[in-house]
Amino acid sequence: MSVIYILIILSVIVAGTFLGLFIWANKSGQYDDTTTPSMRMLFDDKKPESKD
Amino acid sequence: MIETLNKVEVATECFHCHEPCRADAIEFDDKKFCCSGCKAVYELFSEGELAEFYANRSFDQHEEKYDFLNDPILSAPFVTFRSDDYIRLKLKLPAIHCSSCVYVLENLHKADRGIKSVTTNFVKKEADILIQPNQISLSKLCQLLDSIGYKPDLSLDASKGTENKKISELSLQIGVAAFCFGNIMLLSFPEYLGIDSADSDFIKFFGLLSIALSIPTMIYAAKSYFINAFSGLRKGFFNIDIPIVLGILTLFFRSTYEIVFSIGPGYLDSLSGLIFFLLIGRWFQSKTYQSMSFERDYKSYFPLSVLKIVGDKENPISVNDISVKDQLVIRNEEIVPADAILLSDATSIDYSFVTGEGAPVEVKSGDLIYAGGRLKGNRITVKVRKECSQSYLTSLWNNQAFKEEKLTYAEELTNKISKHFTVVILSIALLGGIYWLFTNPDMMWQVVAATLIIACPCALALSAPFTNGNALRVFGKHSFYLKKAALAERLADIDTIVFDKTGTITSLKNMMASYNGADLAETSLQVIKSMTSNSTHPLSRAISEYLNYHDTVVLDEFEELAGKGMLAIYNGVSYYLGSPGWLGIKEDYTLNTSAVYFKKGDDVIGHFEIKHAYRKGVNKLLQELGKGKSLQLISGDNDKEMKYLESLFPKGSKFYFNQKPADKLNLIAELQRQGKKVMMIGDGLNDAGALKQSDFGIAITDDISNFSPACDAILTGNELNNIDRFLEYAKKSKQVIFGSFTLSFAYNLIGISLALSGMLTPIFAAILMPVSSISVVLFTTLRGNYLARKLML
Repeated sequence: MSVIYILIILSVIVAGTFLGLFIWANKSGQYDDTTTPSMRMLFDDKKPESKD
Repeated sequence: MIETLNKVEVATECFHCHEPCRADAIEFDDKKFCCSGCKAVYELFSEGELAEFYANRSFDQHEEKYDFLNDPILSAPFVTFRSDDYIRLKLKLPAIHCSSCVYVLENLHKADRGIKSVTTNFVKKEADILIQPNQISLSKLCQLLDSIGYKPDLSLDASKGTENKKISELSLQIGVAAFCFGNIMLLSFPEYLGIDSADSDFIKFFGLLSIALSIPTMIYAAKSYFINAFSGLRKGFFNIDIPIVLGILTLFFRSTYEIVFSIGPGYLDSLSGLIFFLLIGRWFQSKTYQSMSFERDYKSYFPLSVLKIVGDKENPISVNDISVKDQLVIRNEEIVPADAILLSDATSIDYSFVTGEGAPVEVKSGDLIYAGGRLKGNRITVKVRKECSQSYLTSLWNNQAFKEEKLTYAEELTNKISKHFTVVILSIALLGGIYWLFTNPDMMWQVVAATLIIACPCALALSAPFTNGNALRVFGKHSFYLKKAALAERLADIDTIVFDKTGTITSLKNMMASYNGADLAETSLQVIKSMTSNSTHPLSRAISEYLNYHDTVVLDEFEELAGKGMLAIYNGVSYYLGSPGWLGIKEDYTLNTSAVYFKKGDDVIGHFEIKHAYRKGVNKLLQELGKGKSLQLISGDNDKEMKYLESLFPKGSKFYFNQKPADKLNLIAELQRQGKKVMMIGDGLNDAGALKQSDFGIAITDDISNFSPACDAILTGNELNNIDRFLEYAKKSKQVIFGSFTLSFAYNLIGISLALSGMLTPIFAAILMPVSSISVVLFTTLRGNYLARKLML
């Protein structure tokens, strides 16, 4: 049954990784603006400009 | 003679996005558009090329308007990054209001090679722009934005940051609390299911791990509760955070003690759950209207820079650097930043920011122009008389009312209760402890700890945030935007309402004409009707509207002289309609309204007075409000409309006329001294002092992206008629808070009696605490929504 020690520690580490990812996503500003991207994705991409 | 020819504002739909158009709708191709973004997208679809839109843009005449931005010091507030090759800047573009706007702005790089990228934030109405300064200057960029209909807001106040950081930290705290809560729950499950005593090693391990997980919850997630409780204690007032912190600390130390000495499983699941729910409650209350500013002072109205004449050159200087005797150049549509004397020829100044009165005022050379006036006419030179902060307008801000923050925190219901709550709980715990000391001393500490734990006012602390947060959303749906949720509570106590007149109960957009003078013959009426219906001037339209039931005739001759008036010849007689100055009449300065004089041949027959029309339904609203509250009207205008106003307002209302901004503030302060809870409803800068002084200041605006003075809430003009229902809802909300208090007290009663009898087990606490929190949240939210539906909000 002592495998539970390893399993629990592993599960906490996995969950901690996701917490870390959440913190990273929050700090990097992904949640700062949740309205505009939902509009932006509906715009059609125009054909790439030939000039540049 | 006053008539109520109220025009119903017809809500037109934007052809492209189907949102209701505001009054400044753009007409194009016989279709109406709400903004230039929508128009552009329409053009794109009909003509197939976005380039057309940008190619067709026209620069207006104030080309040098944004020149000051080329000075790195003056543009610094907007620039977030600057190197030789790139400049990144953040601009507030209040005109952003639909997805087309986002589209047009984010494709701006196709219009100019110097613009590298534009990223808009729809909610905050901001754009993050990256440009190459060697290809496009900052002033050119702003000109471009202005020309396509997105005039950047470059006021001093717009350069300040928002409080977005707070919310971001809150979501991190919720994340941490949720993580710890979930894991501790998981580790507690064996305990709930009755773990075998043979596995006592596991119990110890799970317990220690739970302690480790609860430490970040305590130190990071619950940080703000500790800080608030501490600062409350230091100031000597009891806020709700004090009993919460007391509960949290007892929970933590009792649990650690139990786990370390293998006495029991501890209450760490309850602890982390409690903190998690509390943070959710705070989140619910934290909704703010980021695109609106509730804290504007006079600086928000002023431009960042003005042109100062130095020798034969004109240099842009910051408004804060203006000193007495400086000579400044003011251009059309610019605001005069300090009290100054006009050196150039006569011109007109629009004081609508300051007084709420729409008609521009004529100013002659040598006259004093007050700060806050907007120039309507060609560029002028002025000589500064007083510094920006000392002017007639801004001196209002030196009043005491602006120096102290309104005491919102101490007034909140929860805090009032928590003072008694803390005392009661502490004495119950003490009495319980004494009782057990004499009957069974071994139980004493357990009972004291259990009492403090179960009495932790989690449900109590959740009642107000959820109820008020709900009210904030309900009001927001009706274009009534509260600065913060806790203010909803204060609305419930209002017993006196003070109204401003111009722009508040009258609409700045709808004009209403009335006639004073000798009786007019039918022919004259017909001629006037014909003349005015030929003109698009707002005053002409108001007169034409007034003469709605008269026919028009074919005029022999007709001419309109801009800024002066109109003349017509009919059957050999000449008719004049126009300003008194043009017709050679001495102006009656007692008139506070715009007057159009009528002259037939050589005789002046009379004049039309044009005023702002009263908002539709104001009468009903005032009668409704008058049932329970005392109403007052305070206006900067004269008392000409007294009679009509008396018929509008319920009996017993008081009226004050010719009031200066400082008088308004003093009146409110006087009412408050009498113990009244005063709500002020106003619009212009002249009401700013009164709005600030009042217990609840509402700024009325016809366009929420417009300027509005510092206030507690912003309301759009066409929702003014709902104020009685808003107040009713606020009152009901307060009852909901009381209801949920009762509910949480009931839980506490059960919990405390169990704790005192020494029967409280950790598993029971783990069930009772979340159940009480959730049921309080459910009760407040459901009841709040039900009440909103009942009041048809």
